[in-house]
Amino acid sequence: MIWVNAVLQGVLLGGLYALFACGLSLMFGVMKVINLAHGDLAVVAAYTALGVVAVTHLPAVWSFVLVVPIFAALGYVVQRTLIQAALNRSVLTTLLVTFGLSVVIENSLLQFLSANSHSLNIGSLVSDSFSIGSQITIAYLDLAIFVIAVAVLLGLQHFLSATKHGRLIRAVADDREAAQLAGADYRHIFGIAAAIAFATVAFAGLAFGMYSSFDPTIGTDQLLLFAFEAVVIGGLGSLWGTLVGGIMLGVVQQVGAQVSSTDQILAGQLFFLLVLVIRPQGITSRRRTA
Amino acid sequence: MNAVGQHVPRAVSVTGGAAVRVTRSRRSALWPGIAVVAIVVILGYLPYVVHSGTTTLLVQFFTLLTMASMWNLLAGYAGLVSVGQQAFIGLGSYFVLIGALHGLDPFTALPVAAIGCGVVGLPVWWLVSRLRSGYFAITTWVIASVCELIIIRYPSLGGGTGMLLSGFPDISQTLLNAYIYWTSLAVTVIVLAGVYLLLRSPLGLVLTALRDDETGARSVGAKVARAQRLVFIVAAAGCGAAGALLIISQPFVEPTAAFSVQWSAEMIFVTIIGGIGTIEGPILGTIVFFILQQTLSQDGTWYFIILGLVAMAVAIWAPRGLWGLIAERTGIRLFPVGYWLWPAGSTAGPRGLALLRGRGRGPGRSGAAGALALDDPGRAGPDDPRSGPGDAGPDDFPV
Repeated sequence: MIWVNAVLQGVLLGGLYALFACGLSLMFGVMKVINLAHGDLAVVAAYTALGVVAVTHLPAVWSFVLVVPIFAALGYVVQRTLIQAALNRSVLTTLLVTFGLSVVIENSLLQFLSANSHSLNIGSLVSDSFSIGSQITIAYLDLAIFVIAVAVLLGLQHFLSATKHGRLIRAVADDREAAQLAGADYRHIFGIAAAIAFATVAFAGLAFGMYSSFDPTIGTDQLLLFAFEAVVIGGLGSLWGTLVGGIMLGVVQQVGAQVSSTDQILAGQLFFLLVLVIRPQGITSRRRTA
Repeated sequence: MNAVGQHVPRAVSVTGGAAVRVTRSRRSALWPGIAVVAIVVILGYLPYVVHSGTTTLLVQFFTLLTMASMWNLLAGYAGLVSVGQQAFIGLGSYFVLIGALHGLDPFTALPVAAIGCGVVGLPVWWLVSRLRSGYFAITTWVIASVCELIIIRYPSLGGGTGMLLSGFPDISQTLLNAYIYWTSLAVTVIVLAGVYLLLRSPLGLVLTALRDDETGARSVGAKVARAQRLVFIVAAAGCGAAGALLIISQPFVEPTAAFSVQWSAEMIFVTIIGGIGTIEGPILGTIVFFILQQTLSQDGTWYFIILGLVAMAVAIWAPRGLWGLIAERTGIRLFPVGYWLWPAGSTAGPRGLALLRGRGRGPGRSGAAGALALDDPGRAGPDDPRSGPGDAGPDDFPV
């Protein structure tokens, strides 16, 4: 039963990872940009929520009402200025620029907000749980985060397949030149895609801030790598693959933690490398598998 | 016969049988060469005349310069943007520690650690070579994280809290500091000389072609994969040596610091600001880094934030970096690795080779109008259009 519990917790944790991963996946799918500042943006979202709660006295759970739109706007602006400028240069320049952004964000947080860790206070919700049988305990928060993750993925899928802007994003992702010929302004579309990606990363950052404590360095130490691993494990290019990848990563981590509490992260990383070794085709020849 | 990387004739016939003189740089490399040797001699004499505070700072300088030169070789020439070189920095440190625990003198352990990192680099290359651009970058980062998490599991190596390095020869602290300084100087000279000789070799031609246009390089038969593998292993060994220098100069090692992505940030910023894709760039960038750090060190991480912002701006708006700006205006090469073709008999201002000129920038502008440069980054740095495995077309983002 202990193992069943570990797997269940892993599945729920996987929802959080999928939430982190879908923005990364979207930006890569549409702009071919791997945003190395992705994890740090999630941390900034969590800090922003702290600020929002302090100013407005909203309950932390409702901080997303303000934080998510702020991040969507931020995403549009960052894409239209910084990332587009780097993209005009080359794909590898976007790596250098987003890496620089990551370092600047992390060090600015350290400089202005200290290295102390914080968490978003959601009262008793953080510890409330229900039990199944004697050994399985599920926290309402974990379940809620999983449900939100699935809801965000569903919403994203609906947006991309059924709305005008969603179809434009897919058109630009498929063939930028053709979409331009048909009258689409690809820079604006890129901006919209980045806005969505930033909005999802804000959701992820808020969920993470409620789920555990955060500090300025956790974005690069853990979140970016977890998100990336979820994307790769699940197979690139599909939203539901992201969820599968997130869940697999979460399960491996929780089972690893069950073996030895210090091995949680290592188990996930090794699993990721194993996927790279035995299923490289999942990464290199997506055209055939997707 | 014309495949890149094969024999390049010293005198080639270009127009109507007129012989062409080939030099390694536009201006004579003699004086810059003498200056480089003089600087090394002066630096070697330094422990006799300055306080140990200065030499300690210079040890840090040489360590960062070694790392930056290695990253420059990786990203600037081979097109491999790694953010995981801290894997080899940490391993280099720990290999020295392991050697010392088994009775090896730290100074002797340094080359062993460097070679050990080169050996580890081989399976790592096998793993990451199938990945491109962003995927390559993050996967190297994951590997660095794995190395850290594995080292933490060994309490005999200090676990997560770190360990003091012992086993130094029984000499006075002053002499020991001088030894450490000379070792770091030697490592840097070997690394820079190694990069210089590598880039002047036939393989250097492959790498230069790769830097400017990977598709083009492949299409003329350059053995790109082999060159990239060699560069990756050389960079692993070089970063291992830098890591070994770190633990010897501290003399302490702690996994979080040794495997910190901060090292990647430093080497990347320094290389970009100085000028990626040139040997001189990382040197200039490291000097800028230390000036900034020493000026602003009282204000926490400010120097690092400024450095990051400057590096981002340089990457976007001046991708050839500071050295690129200098070299473009003066034609100076401290480390000439290219080929310049001059019509026979001419000494200054060769003419008649305009058809061979690069892309209309750099060499053609000033005095030596018409000389053909084969060493100028036509497009700066890692400016290469290839992208990752996800560069798949239409079915790329099926939702």
